[in-house]
Parts: sequence; structure tokens; C-alpha cells
Amino acid sequence: MISNNKMFGILVPIISVLLGLIAGAIIMLGSGHNPIRGYVALWNGAFGDGYTLGETIRRTTPLILTGLAVAFAFKTGLFNIGAEGQVIIGWLAAVWVGLVIDAPMIIHLPLSVLAGAIAGGLWGFLPGILKAKLGVHEVIVTIMMNYIALFTTNEIIRSVLTDGKTTTESIPQTASLASAWLQGLTLYSRVHYGILIALFAAFLMWFIIERTTYGYELKAVGFNQHASNYSGMNVSKNIILSMVIAGAFAGLAGAMEGLGTYGSISVMSGFTNLGFDGIAVALLGSNHAFGIVIAALLFGALKEGAGEMPTTAGVPTELVDIIIALIIFFVASSYMIRWAILRFKKEEK
Amino acid sequence: MFDALQSIIPTVLFYSAPLILTALGGVFSERSGVVNIGLEGLMVMGAFTGIVFNLTFSDVLGSWTPWISIVVATIVGAIFSIIHAVASVSFNANQVVSGVAINMLALGIGVYLTKVWYGKGQTDMVDQPFYTTSIPVLSDIPIIGPIFFEGIYVTSYLAIILAFVAWYVLYKTPFGLRLRAVGEHPMAADTNGIKVYKMRYIAVILSGAFGGLGGSVFALTIVSNFSGSTIVGQGFMALAAVIFGKWHPLGAMGAALFFGLAQSLSVVSAGIPLLENVPQVYLLIAPYVLTILALAGFIGRAEAPQANGEPYIKGSR
Repeated sequence: MISNNKMFGILVPIISVLLGLIAGAIIMLGSGHNPIRGYVALWNGAFGDGYTLGETIRRTTPLILTGLAVAFAFKTGLFNIGAEGQVIIGWLAAVWVGLVIDAPMIIHLPLSVLAGAIAGGLWGFLPGILKAKLGVHEVIVTIMMNYIALFTTNEIIRSVLTDGKTTTESIPQTASLASAWLQGLTLYSRVHYGILIALFAAFLMWFIIERTTYGYELKAVGFNQHASNYSGMNVSKNIILSMVIAGAFAGLAGAMEGLGTYGSISVMSGFTNLGFDGIAVALLGSNHAFGIVIAALLFGALKEGAGEMPTTAGVPTELVDIIIALIIFFVASSYMIRWAILRFKKEEK
Repeated sequence: MFDALQSIIPTVLFYSAPLILTALGGVFSERSGVVNIGLEGLMVMGAFTGIVFNLTFSDVLGSWTPWISIVVATIVGAIFSIIHAVASVSFNANQVVSGVAINMLALGIGVYLTKVWYGKGQTDMVDQPFYTTSIPVLSDIPIIGPIFFEGIYVTSYLAIILAFVAWYVLYKTPFGLRLRAVGEHPMAADTNGIKVYKMRYIAVILSGAFGGLGGSVFALTIVSNFSGSTIVGQGFMALAAVIFGKWHPLGAMGAALFFGLAQSLSVVSAGIPLLENVPQVYLLIAPYVLTILALAGFIGRAEAPQANGEPYIKGSR
């Protein structure tokens, strides 16, 4: 049974991705495009040369972190749909500290990154404590927190960080994650040191969940709150802790955008979608740290590659959004895929 | 005071109508035990269909175009929501995940087809949107007439009437009782011979119909074209209205009207004494903050239907 589960854990995502790509091909055929040209453009757009490769890694970086943010909460049985808001708040806090404080890089950069993580953690703390103490469903609270984050951040950019402008000034070099060395390596893409932070965060999540008592407790609460309670674990504390850590991961993702990719923050008319994509990443990566890195790379490549599709194959970039949405459906409906695999195996025997 | 009311109330009704309609859809779905985060996507589908149909057929249908557009959008919304129903009712998928996917899929399809059909990211403005009218006879009543019945959209009243219809259906008919029973205790309902899956399918499809209607009304009254940024958060605000209204059709309507008020105040506040000094951001976040407070029990406790969000698997305990 266990080996069966492991097999499904790997097979279901692979089959889902394949089904998603096949569906994408059918859609391209339906709208009068050549799917082979479309996918070749997608591939070239993601891995064609050093520049696109660098940009793919840049896109992957925050996706790893938001994927971790969703997955970490999920381990404790919580659905963190609020990664979106936590990203925005983390982005704001990181840029804010980057702009306001004047210090040598060795202090300034870690401080700015940390500010992002703490702000995101705070944004996760509120849904966590409401869930733990009052039993309020975290899904709704985090959705509402997303909008509160969006509107307050826009207001702060306009009236506190700038004087009625829509973009802040760029952060000084001492708070920047940008790396001339990495940029030189990739034909001046915007890839930055954040990828190392993201990979370290993935390792950290694996370590916390698999190798520490904290992680054991978090998982236990996720499996059965009552049993955890009877065996002496503090369920409320674990729920809050889980949301705070999840929020911190998402806040880090925001800091990556603020300190690495853009070096500033702008008024947003809508969400960054990093948080929602994080749900897809976590789901496809089976909530496992290693799986998340792979899934984030896949989605990062799809999103980056999509940029090449309109120019060389005439396919609108939104095809990739459709493919990602379908992949989520297929993974979420894995019941169907499992059933099909089992059916298939039975017939073989 | 009178002037202020005369400028605020039509605006409130104007902003609230799409929210009321979509929130009613949310009430049906969640009352049957299926969480519907996908309201946003259903509205996107409705807005897209309403605008495209309107653009395509306005020459043929003339002044009937907007009405037929919203009917078509309702049907397309209903069909689109079947995806959510299949995933979350038949395949026991996580309903939140499926809803998130609905949102991404609707936006993806909408913008993709817009680019394929119109060659750019947004459609042209429609020729036949809804226009404000004055209702004959009623608008002649002194005081009330000019405030409620002059320069309003008929769709606003359609939304309010439908809220009462939804209340009647949910609370006064056997169908409504069954639908609510399925959301509270599906096993008990099943034991009593109610077909749980069928009721949930109907409820989700109804939510798709209302979401499509709400989205198309939004598009044809407020924006008049479709792009990726036509529907930004209205669906989630409708979801907030469902919860703030305690999963009751009339409560949801009240909440939607209230949120509409907050939205329209953030637009017209500059002209009203007292309010011109309140920063816009407070009005913008008010609906969301209030929903959290309502959930936390500070403004009367909001209790979800018992089995909301739980897939029903026959024979399980």
C-alpha cells in the first residue's frame, strides 16, 4: 500500500502535466495555431539561451517560496490561500526597510530580507490565531487579508513611501540581491541571488517537517487534532506557528521580487498571482520540498516561455494560464487518475 | 441631504447589483455544502460571454441585445460551473483547489479567446449596454420617486427581486429544504432518500448561472468591454457578502448592498461633507475587514453550513 502511494505521488503529477499539455495542444489546434510551433516557441522562450534561462530561474525563485508557503500550512491541515497578500506585504516591508535604513550591505541586506519574512509572518499570524482561538475558517480570512494587503499597500506606496507617485525609488545597492556576476553569466537577465535563499528555504522546510519534533507535531495536528491534543500537544500553538512560518515563506517571496527582480515596489491594480500559482506549485509538488522545487521550475518555465509564444507562433500567452489551471484540476481530481491506473493494472493481471 | 441621497442611492444600487446576483449563486452552492471560491471566475466567464455576444449580435437584435446577452451569459456560466461540480462532487477534489482552478481557467480562456478573436487584449466597447431609465409612475412619487426610481438600472431591481425569489425557493419549498439538508448533513439527507450528488450538482450549476448573470450585468452596466482586468475581486467580494450575510439570500443581499455602498462612497465621497476627509483606503478595505470581524463573532456570529466543503462519499461515516 505504501509503495502504491509513493507510486501515485509521482505518477499523478506527471500524468496531470501531460494531460494539461495535451489539452493545451488541442486548444491551439482549435484556435487555428500549430501546436508543435507553439510548444517549440515555449521551450525556446524558457531555455533557448542564457538570458531566457536566467529569467526562468528568476521566475522560479518566488514560486518556490509561495509553493512552500502553501505546502507548509497544508502539512498542518490548513489551507493558506493568503500567500498572495503575504507576498505583497513582504514585498512592501522589504523595500521599505531597503529604502529607509542606511547601513553596510552585510547588515542592510539580511535586515531587508528578514523584514519581508517577518511582515509575511505577521500577515499569517492573524488568520492563524483566529483559527486557533475562535475556529474561524482560514480560507475566508486569508482571502479577505489578501485584499486588505493589496489596498493598504497601494495606499502606503502613494502617501507614505512617495509623494503621490505610483512607484518608489530604487533601493540602494546595499539592500539589493541583484548580482552582476549572475547577470553577466546569463546575458544580463534579471536573475539574482534570491534563488539560493529559495533553495535554502526548501531545505529548511524539509528539515523542519522531517527531522524536528516541531515538524512532527505540526504534521500530527494536521492528521488529527484531537489525537494530538490528547497526547499533550498544544494544538493552538501549532496552528499559529504553522501559519506564521507559512506567511514568512510567502513574505520572503515578496522580498525576492522587491530586492531582487524589481528593486522597488509599484502600485498594483490587481494581484501578483504569485500566491495563487503557489497553490498550483504545492499541489503539483505533493507538498514535498523537493517536489515543490521541481514544480516551481516547471511553472516558472511555462510562464517565462509563454512570453515567446505570441511573437513566433502567434499563440496568446494566456494559453499557459489555461494549461496551469487544467493541471490543477487534474491533480485535484486525482481520484479519477488513481481509479484509471488501478483499473488499467487489474486488466493487465 | 436630499441631494446627497439622490446621488448616492442610484450609485449604490448600480454597484451592488452584480454583487447581489453573484452572492445569491454563492448562497446556493455553499448551502448545499460545496464551497465556491470560483465565483470570481464564473463572473469573468459571464462578463466575457455578455460582452462578446453583445458585440456580435447587436446589429441583429437591436435594443434587445443586452437582455439576451445576460441570458446567454447565465447559460454559459451554468455550463462552465459544471467543471467545478464534476471535480468537487463526483471526483471528491478539494473544493477550494477546484475553485482556484476555475478562477485561473476562466481568466485564461476569456483573455485567450479575446486575443484570438479580436487580435488584442481587450474588446471594443459594446454598442448596446444597459442604460439608466426612469420607471414610469413610480418615479412620480414625491421624495421616494426621484431617489429610488429615477436614473436607475432595471438590472438593479432584477437583482433585488431575484434575492427574494432565492429566499422563497430556499426556505419555502421542498426543493430548498432538501438543498439545505444536503449541506448540513448529507448522510441524513441520503438516508431520507434525497439524492445528495444531484442536489449538489444543481446547486453548483445555479451558482454558475447567477455568477454568469452577475458578471455580465457588471460588464454591461459598469465597464462596457472585456479585458483581463474587467473583473478584479468582485467575485471575492460577493463571496464576502455570502458570509457576512450568514449564508442567507436576503442577508447576502443586504451585505452586497452595504459593500456597494462602501464602494460607491469611495467613488463619490469627495462630494459629500463629513466623508471627504476619510481616506479612500478605509472604504476600500471596509468590506473585507467587516467580513473578518463577522466571522470572528464580533458582529453576530456567522456559522457556515455544517457540511460545507466536505465531499460526500457514500457509505462513509
